[in-house]
Amino acid sequence: MAQARTGEPAGLSPASAGSDSFPYGLTAAFAATLLGSLYVAQVDPRRLVEGDVLGNVARFVRGAFPPNLSPEFLSLMVRPAIETIQISVIGTVIAMLIGFPLGLLAASSLTWSGILHERRTRFGRWALGFVPYAAARALLSLFRSIPEYVWAFMFVRAVGLGPFPGVLAIGVAYGGMLGKVYSEIMEGINPRPLESLHAAGVGRLRVVLYGLVPQALPAFVSYSLYRWECAIRASAILGLVGAGGLGQQVELSMRMFQFDEVLTLLGIMFVLVAAVDFISGRIRAGLLR
Amino acid sequence: MYDLRDVGKVFGDGTIALDGLSLVVGTGEHVAIIGPSGAGKTTLFRILNLTLRPSSGAVRLNGVSVTTLSDDGLRRARMRIGTIYQQHNLVGRLRVVHNVLAGNLGRWSTSRALYSLVRPQGVEGATRALSQVGIPEKLYARTDELSGGQQQRVAIARVLVQDPDVILADEPVSSVDPSLAVSIVALLRDLSHESRKTLLMNLHSVELALTYFPRIVGIRDGRVYFDLSPDKVSRELLEALYAGHRDDELQLERLEQGSPHGAGPYGGACRPLPGFGR
Repeated sequence: MAQARTGEPAGLSPASAGSDSFPYGLTAAFAATLLGSLYVAQVDPRRLVEGDVLGNVARFVRGAFPPNLSPEFLSLMVRPAIETIQISVIGTVIAMLIGFPLGLLAASSLTWSGILHERRTRFGRWALGFVPYAAARALLSLFRSIPEYVWAFMFVRAVGLGPFPGVLAIGVAYGGMLGKVYSEIMEGINPRPLESLHAAGVGRLRVVLYGLVPQALPAFVSYSLYRWECAIRASAILGLVGAGGLGQQVELSMRMFQFDEVLTLLGIMFVLVAAVDFISGRIRAGLLR
Repeated sequence: MYDLRDVGKVFGDGTIALDGLSLVVGTGEHVAIIGPSGAGKTTLFRILNLTLRPSSGAVRLNGVSVTTLSDDGLRRARMRIGTIYQQHNLVGRLRVVHNVLAGNLGRWSTSRALYSLVRPQGVEGATRALSQVGIPEKLYARTDELSGGQQQRVAIARVLVQDPDVILADEPVSSVDPSLAVSIVALLRDLSHESRKTLLMNLHSVELALTYFPRIVGIRDGRVYFDLSPDKVSRELLEALYAGHRDDELQLERLEQGSPHGAGPYGGACRPLPGFGR
C-alpha cells in the first residue's frame, strides 16, 4: 500500500476520510479478482478458432437459414407458444399469492417494530411479532436463493414433464422475490395513516386494508408486472429441463439438429417477450399517474 | 373522563418525555394544552389515545385503569376516542369518501370494509359529516388533491363519523394557513360542543388557546406547569412556561403587540359558545 502511495499522484484518489490507500487496495483487489476469474472460468479466446469451432458455427448458421416458416411447423408451435404465456401468467399469480402473505409477515413495521406495537410488552412483541417475521424472511430467502431453473428441475422429478412443474418453479422462485420486495414496499410507506386508524380501535386486517394497501398498491402492481416480464423469459427457458412451453420445443429441435426450427422458435420468443414488455409497460405508465 | 396520576414515560433511548404528570379532565370539558416543543405534549396525547403505554403512574379512562384492559377491551376503548393529528394521517390515494367512512372501520367487519372500497357504505353519513365541516362538494375528490386545510377538515369529518366520546387534537392547525387555523379550531370547538364531546387540543398558538378554551393547561418538562382559566393566565406565567424557547418567546412578543381578533389575549374572556347568551 505504501508503495502505491509514493508512486502515484495523490490527486487520483478522492479526498476521502480515513486511509487514502484504500482506493489503491480496492483497485488491486478488483484486478486480482478479474484475472483470477479469467483463469478459473477457463476463458481462452484461442478456443474460439482452434479445431472445428468455426465449422460448427457455420453448420449451425447454414442450417438455421432460412428459418422454418412452413405452415405445418408454425401451426404445431401455436400450442407451445400459448403454453409459455400461460405458464408465465399462472406462475406469476401463484408467486403473488405466495409473496403477499409472506411479505406482510416479513415487513418489520407491521409485525414487531414501530408505531403499531409500542403498547405491546417485550415478550409479546417477540413471540407474536419477531418469530413469524424471522420465519417468513427465512422462507422467502430460501425460495429466491434457488434459481427457478433448479426449482423446475426438482418439480419435473416430482410431478413429471409438462407445463405444471414450470408453473410451480416460477411460483415458488418468484414468490420469494415478490415477497421480499412487497415487504420492502410496505416498510417504506407512510405509517401515519396506519397509526391513526389503529388509534381509532380498528383491527389489524382493516388497518392494512385501508391504510397500507392503497398506499402500496401502485408499487405492488408495477413490480408484479415487471416480474411477469421476467417470467415469460423464464418460462421459455424452463422448457429446456422438460417443463413445457417453447423451451421444450427448442430442446427437441436442437437434439434433432433442426436449426431452422430453432431460429423460428427464437423469433417467436422474441415476439412474445416484446409483446409482454409492451403491454406491462403501458399498464405501469397508466398506474403511476 | 380522564384521570392521570403521576404519569411518567421514558422511551427506550432513555429520553424522559413525561415525569410525574397528573391531570383530571371531566366529561364534556374543553381543554387546551400549551407548552414549549419537547415538553411532552405529543407523548401525553398518545397516552391519552391509548397507543402508548405509560412507564409509571396510573391512567384511568371512565374509571377503568387502562393497563388492565385486554387487547379487545383496548380496541373497544380506542373506538370511543377520536384523534386528529397535525397532518399526513389520511390516505392520499383514496377518495375523500373512503377516508371519511374509515371512521366506521372500528365497527365494520373486514368484509364490509372491503366491500365499501368498491361500493361506499353509508354515503349519507359521509355527506353529512362533510357538510358539517363545510366541504360537501369534495365527497368524491382524491384526498391528495385537496389543500392542507381541506385535508384537515376531512380528518375532522372522519372523527365525526367515528362519533367518539372524546376528541384529541394534536396540533391540528400547525400545518395550515393561520387564517384557516382560526376557523378549524372554532369548528372543532363548536362541533364538540354540539355533540357534548370532551375536547382536548394541543396548540402551538397561545392566542388560539386563550381565545377558544375555558381551561388552559401549560406543560413544561413533562409535567403540568399550570392549569388555569384563560383570564388567570398572565404574561409572567407564559414567559416562565416558554423560557429558553426562542421561537415561542417571539410568539409572545407578537401576542403583546395586539391580537387581530379584537379583544386582547390576556384576561380576555373565552369567546361565547354558540347557543349561549352573548
